[in-house]
Amino acid sequence: MESFFSTRYQKSVALIAGLVILLLSMVASVLYGLHNFQMTNAIQAYTSFDGSNEHLIIQHTRVPRAITAAFVGGSLAVAGALLQALTRNPLASPSVFGINSGAALMIVLALYLFGSMFSFSELMWVGFIGAGLTALFVYLLGSAGRGGMSPIKVTLAGAAVAAFASSLTSLLMLIDNVTMEEALYWLVGSVSGRDLRHALMIVPYLVCGWVFAGMLAASLNTMSLGDDVAKSLGQKTVWVKAAIVIVVVLLAGGSVALTGPIGFVGIIIPHICRYLVGIDHRWLIPYCIVFGAIFLVLADLLSRFLLMPNEVPVGVATAVIGVPFVIAIVRRRAYE
Amino acid sequence: MSRFVVVRSQRPMYSYQMDKRSIVIQCLLLLLLVGVSVVSIGLGSIHIPVVQVLKSLVGLGDSTHQLVILELRLPRIAVAVLVGASLAVSGAILQALIRNPLASPDLVGTTNGATAAAVAFIAFSNGSYSIHWLPFVALVGGFFAAFLTYLASWKKGLSPFRFALIGVSISTAMAALTIFFLISGPLYLAAQAMGWMSGTVYGSSWDHVFTLLPWTVGFLVITLMQARTLNAQELGDDVAKGVGVAVERKRLLMIAVSVALAAAAVGIGGGIGFVGLMAPHMARKLVGSSFGSLLPASALLGGLFVLLADLVARTMFVPLDVPAGVFTAAVGAPFFMFLLYKSRQG
Repeated sequence: MESFFSTRYQKSVALIAGLVILLLSMVASVLYGLHNFQMTNAIQAYTSFDGSNEHLIIQHTRVPRAITAAFVGGSLAVAGALLQALTRNPLASPSVFGINSGAALMIVLALYLFGSMFSFSELMWVGFIGAGLTALFVYLLGSAGRGGMSPIKVTLAGAAVAAFASSLTSLLMLIDNVTMEEALYWLVGSVSGRDLRHALMIVPYLVCGWVFAGMLAASLNTMSLGDDVAKSLGQKTVWVKAAIVIVVVLLAGGSVALTGPIGFVGIIIPHICRYLVGIDHRWLIPYCIVFGAIFLVLADLLSRFLLMPNEVPVGVATAVIGVPFVIAIVRRRAYE
Repeated sequence: MSRFVVVRSQRPMYSYQMDKRSIVIQCLLLLLLVGVSVVSIGLGSIHIPVVQVLKSLVGLGDSTHQLVILELRLPRIAVAVLVGASLAVSGAILQALIRNPLASPDLVGTTNGATAAAVAFIAFSNGSYSIHWLPFVALVGGFFAAFLTYLASWKKGLSPFRFALIGVSISTAMAALTIFFLISGPLYLAAQAMGWMSGTVYGSSWDHVFTLLPWTVGFLVITLMQARTLNAQELGDDVAKGVGVAVERKRLLMIAVSVALAAAAVGIGGGIGFVGLMAPHMARKLVGSSFGSLLPASALLGGLFVLLADLVARTMFVPLDVPAGVFTAAVGAPFFMFLLYKSRQG
């Protein structure tokens, strides 16, 4: 399939250009919003911190926000690309696999059973574990029986488990109204208000996920030819699939633990990147990281301006930026 | 002996085929649906024994029971079944057309479009228009979103893949629009809108039943008459063309039918999820994937699960009347997981 960038040279240049755009958008995200700052303010906030409001806002609000958005955006996009390859379904995304609703269920369950015993960071781990357990359950359900895991079985298992988990979450919240307020943080996705300390706890897992995803790239290419071909080429398909699920848990589970469910990025960015560089995962994965990050940073930036002085949820902004773009790209491609 | 029961007529040109083995399952599902309905009529804040229920239904019960059953419970049950059946059949059609197991009425923007329109209506009409207009507003919203998806995906023909991706986008856009309306409208209306969004058949009256019934039944009949072309469509455009189906025209017709079913169901029942996606898959596990058997089984299962969900929702949390949409997955998903596990040999 032809892609927008065809030669290696073009692809590398575009990737570097993407990195530059990412840096610029992160800088813009630090500087602009309800209060606008100068570049010098931002630098001074770190070189000569004086405790002024400007410096506090930059250090505690803007910078964590830009970092969170960039890492989570990149991770969700890669997780989406991996799941689309695993399920061979262009509509797959972490939320379809039950990861978001599993994390939310676990957090609400913990709050319901133990009240406010947990600190914020502990709840974050609870969410991470919930995401992992859900993915494991979906994987087992999807690979029960002879023939192991088939794309259709795992897709359906994921969709059913996701619906079940969010149904139980609503049920728990109905029984116990108190749970709702604390859990709301993980029920509505947002990159704002995340402490830098918390972000930095999750980031290593996300980076590990990126590295592992990169290592799996060649196997993903083989796998996309179909199970039979992959096996006959000597691929241990069972292990590759298990590895993909683990990486997806690192990426999507870590993301949802930090920011709550943010949709659309995971479905759409892989398609946009496939349009740009084609279906070779060795290129697709770095592109997903960079463009997923740009996308979420810009969406977050836009979310501050749509209803100034109020902020809209980042999900609204992702739709505003993403939808026209997707329609344009999807229309340009030829599908059989 | 053939495996199938076939109904054919020359004029009007029509043919319908149903797997013989599936007939037993269809009858069992129908019996189950009727049984659960009768039990469901009896349960609630006033408990009515089954015998009394049956008496009241033929007009021999005492007057209190008669009132509760005929004016409150029966219409609600009928609406639940109709809504569930509509959503399930709508999902089954889309899964055949898009050839993707994740296809559902949410996917082409119908559900979210209807929701956006309904929320806008609740948030901005400020009570100056009657709430009775809500289902129609939602219907228009659902059609509009689906039309937008179709229009944006059309490029010298419709590729199911493009249709699906653009559907997801339009659907997301509609969800974003809904949030936007919720934020910008007054707060007390947001609460009302949220209740509507999670999907409930609370407060259904005979008006609802008689609005929905002809609509649902009409489109169900059209769908059943097109079961043959759906079978062909599921195999791909080339095969469908090869066996003589006017692919593009039938696809438009079936999308329109699917949207009509889903948008009306959402208009009356709100955003009830899960059934549209999962009921067809359950049906597929039970009766196979030939649409002659699949469509009725989907409709029965869809009706059954919304009915069960509503039963749980209105009896488990008395005096609260919880939205049924919360429970459709809770009652349906374990059954689906069981089916998935059972069919693991495949």
